[in-house]
Amino acid sequence: MSDTNVTVPVADGGAVNSLRGQLKRLRQGDKGLLPILLGLVVLVIYFQIRNSVFLSSGNLVNLFVQATIFILLAMAEIWLLLLGEIDLSVGFVSALGATTAVILLDNQFQWPWFAALPLAIVVTTAIGTLQGFIIIRLRLPSFIVTLAGLLGWEGVLIFFVDRQGTGGTIPVQEKVLYDLVNANLSPIATWIFTLACAAAMIYIIVRRDQSRRSSGLDSVPQFVTIAKSAALVVASVVLVLVFNANRGTFVVLEGMPYAIPVDIAMLAAGSFILTRTKAGRYIYAIGGNAEAARRAGVNVNRYRLLAFVFTGITAGVAGLIYASRLGGISDNVDSNLVLLAVASAVIGGTSLFGGRGKMIHAVIGGLVIATIYNGMALINMSAATQYIATALVLLVAVAMDAVARRGSSPSR
Amino acid sequence: MTTTPESTSPLTPQNGVSVSGDSGVASSALLSLRGITKSFGAVEALKHVDLDIPAGQVTALIGDNGAGKSTLIKAIAGIYAPTSGEIYWEGRKVSMHTPRDAEDLGIATVYQDLALCDNLDIVQNMYLGHEESRRLTLDEIKMELNTKRVLSELSVSTVRSVRQLVGSLSGGQRQAIAVARAVMHESKLVIMDEPTAALGVSQTAQVLDLIKRLASRGIAVLVISHNLVDVFEVADRIAVMYLGTLVSSGPVANYDTASAVEIITTGGFQSDVAATVK
Repeated sequence: MSDTNVTVPVADGGAVNSLRGQLKRLRQGDKGLLPILLGLVVLVIYFQIRNSVFLSSGNLVNLFVQATIFILLAMAEIWLLLLGEIDLSVGFVSALGATTAVILLDNQFQWPWFAALPLAIVVTTAIGTLQGFIIIRLRLPSFIVTLAGLLGWEGVLIFFVDRQGTGGTIPVQEKVLYDLVNANLSPIATWIFTLACAAAMIYIIVRRDQSRRSSGLDSVPQFVTIAKSAALVVASVVLVLVFNANRGTFVVLEGMPYAIPVDIAMLAAGSFILTRTKAGRYIYAIGGNAEAARRAGVNVNRYRLLAFVFTGITAGVAGLIYASRLGGISDNVDSNLVLLAVASAVIGGTSLFGGRGKMIHAVIGGLVIATIYNGMALINMSAATQYIATALVLLVAVAMDAVARRGSSPSR
Repeated sequence: MTTTPESTSPLTPQNGVSVSGDSGVASSALLSLRGITKSFGAVEALKHVDLDIPAGQVTALIGDNGAGKSTLIKAIAGIYAPTSGEIYWEGRKVSMHTPRDAEDLGIATVYQDLALCDNLDIVQNMYLGHEESRRLTLDEIKMELNTKRVLSELSVSTVRSVRQLVGSLSGGQRQAIAVARAVMHESKLVIMDEPTAALGVSQTAQVLDLIKRLASRGIAVLVISHNLVDVFEVADRIAVMYLGTLVSSGPVANYDTASAVEIITTGGFQSDVAATVK
């Protein structure tokens, strides 16, 4: 293929990342994951120095499980943040979905898990769709409609939980839901699952590189691909060793909690939709410039509604993990959940202004939040300090987001 | 004068003369407007506009603010249906009710704000709304190859990578991408609204160059501009609007800056210009 006029096919994937190029990309909003990963490493080192239990297998697995709820809610939030919308009700909506499942699974209804768990997701999806419909049809700000949702769905939640007459808490009495967070894959299965995931990712990376190269398009040098693949393998082996170490004191406790594969599945599905399908492309386009998308023939309202549907689905999954982790649903759901979800997404690198973000940001941001909470509890910091520290991290992330946004449009 | 849309022959600005008031459809014109009138309530924004737009030439539409230029291009782009009058496309009478209708005929419009998504890269912007896909997933390779081909055909040589975000491009580059997107989908007529309004000197030159290249590839270009220097630089034909009426049109050779300004400001000269056309 001739590159006669489109000049200089520099490896734009980033083989030669000079510091200046990196800084420029940072200012343009394409900051990549490097800064936040470095921040995470700093946090980890700090907590490890203050308390050597931090990096123990038991605590790390606990941290991952703590992070799952933030990660899933942040993923739910990212669908809307990409559009420049927000959902303040997502915490209570997911809890409401879980309440449906917990009630239907308990002794008076005794639904099978394969009916009750999907129904929870149907409930949250219906609520997400309803809110989206109101926002789009009546042209109301999502902030206000979901603020109403934040209040209203908490009311509905309290109504249903208290009606059970179990003292404000309904315990999970069914094995599958309980095991989501509290049971583990066997060590062998942990190996197989993790390595299979790594292999799948390497396959995708290598194949994309190959097809780009065979089509004569700019591609990253081969050693970058090899280095990436090697890093993936090393990371997976380390993860498996962490999960498979015996972390029990009286009984053997080892393997990966089921919640982790759930997270990974949601990450894979979300990333696939966002990067490989028209729906994902249009969600980015609408978040970037809705008028441009409309003029290009995109049915803007249809794809906005679709994002609300995806938020609802993801919130449903998050709710099940939440109920499983707490062993039940109470009428006193943490109202900070949604704020921490938005914080996770933004800390990970997703913009509050729409158009910029990735599903992986939810994972990174969720891990950062979980690390802060977990580490601060380990070193006996007060709840007051925890809140203030989280606030500072969020503030820094939002400030970076705003600076990046200004840097990204120098042309006008 | 047998300019066809496919013709890539050198420009022949002396040909294709057609003056306001000509009746009948010139078979040569790609697009012909006959008696186009557009009323908004009691206000007549367009009054019996007759205009021929030949393929392979740049037609500049000039006029003062409120003269009806924007209304006219919106009628051609399918945004407003005319109140009365006829539109002929390649000699056939057509009616357009939506921008999609115009697009399907091969009419592409580049608006002043360009309608680009800053957060998407060049390839993604070029294909927005027309993505190539294989089964369920986007065919990025095909789209990237085509984008490179189109850009190099138009000699848009200043972009570093087609995977760079449009938000990082200069004004001239953004204009070039918007134009390239317009012609990529086999458009035969490209309408451009003030393409050089926000640009510096060298970027203006680049965009004017690009406009000439479009015409030399047989594409009809209709440019709205306030800048008479640019108009005389790039146009093969000029059409002047005054208070909703097309008061004068003809080859650029029939005008000079003074006469153009005169017509724009007073609407006069119509008969004189018509008289000068041989």
